[in-house]
Amino acid sequence: MIKIENLHASINGNEILKGLSLEINAGEVHAIMGPNGSGKSTLASVLAGREEYKITEGSVVFNGDNLLDMEAEERARAGVFLAFQYPVEIPGVSNINFLKTAINEAREKEGIGPMSAKEFMSKVKKASSLVELDGKLANRSVNEGFSGGEKKRNEIFQMAMLEPKLSILDETDSGLDIDALRIVANGVNTLKTEENASIVITHYQRLLDYIVPDYVHVLYQGKIVKTGGKELALELEERGYDWIKEESATLNV
Amino acid sequence: MNAFEKQDFSFDADFSIAIREKAVQKIKALDFPTSKTEYWKYTRINKIVRASFSPFFTESVAEINLSAPSKNCLVFINGYFMADLSWTEAKDRIHISSLSEAKNNSASLQEKFDSLTKQDEIFAQINTAYHQDGAFIHLERNANLEDPIYVFHITDGSDVMATPRNFIHLEEGSQAKVVIKTISTNTSERCLVNLLSEVFVEKNAHLEINKIQDEGNYKYQIATEQVRQEGNSYFKINTFTLSGELVRNNLNISLNGEHTETFLNGLYPLKGKQHVDNHTYVLHREPNCVSHELYKGILDDTSTAVFNGKVYVHQDAQKTNAYQSNANIVLTDTASINSKPELEIYADDVKCSHGSTTGQLDEEALFYLRARGLSKKTAKAVLVNAFAADVIEHIGIEAVRNEIETYIDNNYKGIA
Repeated sequence: MIKIENLHASINGNEILKGLSLEINAGEVHAIMGPNGSGKSTLASVLAGREEYKITEGSVVFNGDNLLDMEAEERARAGVFLAFQYPVEIPGVSNINFLKTAINEAREKEGIGPMSAKEFMSKVKKASSLVELDGKLANRSVNEGFSGGEKKRNEIFQMAMLEPKLSILDETDSGLDIDALRIVANGVNTLKTEENASIVITHYQRLLDYIVPDYVHVLYQGKIVKTGGKELALELEERGYDWIKEESATLNV
Repeated sequence: MNAFEKQDFSFDADFSIAIREKAVQKIKALDFPTSKTEYWKYTRINKIVRASFSPFFTESVAEINLSAPSKNCLVFINGYFMADLSWTEAKDRIHISSLSEAKNNSASLQEKFDSLTKQDEIFAQINTAYHQDGAFIHLERNANLEDPIYVFHITDGSDVMATPRNFIHLEEGSQAKVVIKTISTNTSERCLVNLLSEVFVEKNAHLEINKIQDEGNYKYQIATEQVRQEGNSYFKINTFTLSGELVRNNLNISLNGEHTETFLNGLYPLKGKQHVDNHTYVLHREPNCVSHELYKGILDDTSTAVFNGKVYVHQDAQKTNAYQSNANIVLTDTASINSKPELEIYADDVKCSHGSTTGQLDEEALFYLRARGLSKKTAKAVLVNAFAADVIEHIGIEAVRNEIETYIDNNYKGIA
């Protein structure tokens, strides 16, 4: 589905990603873990199309297309979804209406007419009950006045509405209490199919008790330095990241 | 000035002629403001002062769409009353007519006319001296008009100066909503409208004015509202400046009784080289009054705007609650705003605050919307609409609210 090769990205002249490679197939869940500052969020931002990052080397191919050539909105319409680490509040913009606009703009690009109001509303109903936000989203501005947990649940709600092929969850677990974590994870698991894939970026193993990954990658100093199964996450939880850093240092000598 | 002096006002009521003559004398002692005049610092009016405008009477206007879903609509062209284009509903204790007609038969008008006009403002004095006509709205005690009253001031012709004058008087306990629209015909150019409205809101009365300024290119407008509110009254004015090359609004509100509520809202979505200057002044004379001000600007191209809002709290005006906010979105590097919210407070137990923000569209919000698949254009339009929404929602007349919403929607679909 997506193939990232030797990706180098920098911001304000600082190179953050230094040759990252990763391949993800449909139906897979990949966890990316790593200490603070290793480049986890940069990877999410670069894939979603944030313009402030400069790609200096490497390629990202998404379902046969060069992802790096696409605008953020084109990536979204092609099926890339970023669940934001810090979802922004947008006063005055209706949560439901902007999603309707998003869905219909995407349909227009594909030459399909707008979704019927009935179909849209039934989708809203289903998606909001999935993240237990029933009735909390109607007539509300995007994330305005939402608690941290509600914002993250709203991200998953939007994911359910847009049905992406590749979801990137950027530290979706940070700041969540256990109930919200359970709701978010249940949403992600319910949306999982054989046709879509997820990248779960997290600092802690906790989320991976609920969203079980097929692969765990450790990102350190802008590169993936270790890949394993779900047991790697447990090992990291127990031992911390220092041994990874040491191992990586030894390799680099 | 010569062209005005030639106007024949002999038809006018005696008391009004006397007031005109006094104003003519006052004008002689006043100068037009320059860039050194603090009150006009950021608005250059050379273009207006140097041009030669004349009054122009015409009755025939084509292609003007007067949409007024109401039983009361007064239409003026270049300041003159158009009886054939106007309609009113006869109703007990409610008087709606042209100002000229009222000058001959309204005791309210004869008593109060010109009592609020600022003596040292040259455009106000010019209006007093040379006004043609305007709307007269008088609600007697406890009269209630649910239907909004529409007032159209239309300019037509070239190099025309229209000098309309409105008078609104709500007696104790009465209630009304007014829409004042200044527009022009497609063929008119280089016109100046110098509009003055005197507004009296008595005890417990409730008035909402929606002022829509949409005269198009090459039009200049100076609009002044002099408002006096008595105890427990409610007054709201929403000012929408949609077009016009140079527009200056002078909104002066005096709170003369306790427990009044006042709302001043404004929205100026500007394009091209428009210049719009909003000066507001709220005078808290008495205790326990609330004033709430919200002005928002969207500045595109090389447009410029000025906001100068002053709240003056007299030493007797304890427990004043005054809030003032001016927010601007600047869409280009070439548009600019001078924003100056001012509080002058002489009472010691008050709750007053003000704020002014100017910036571009929120980049983070823009990215968020794009990351969900909205094109850059649509995302910008969505944010502009949202920005304007909290001013628009103050409009208490659904048809007007829809009109302004549609205007914003249509005008920001294609911003780059």
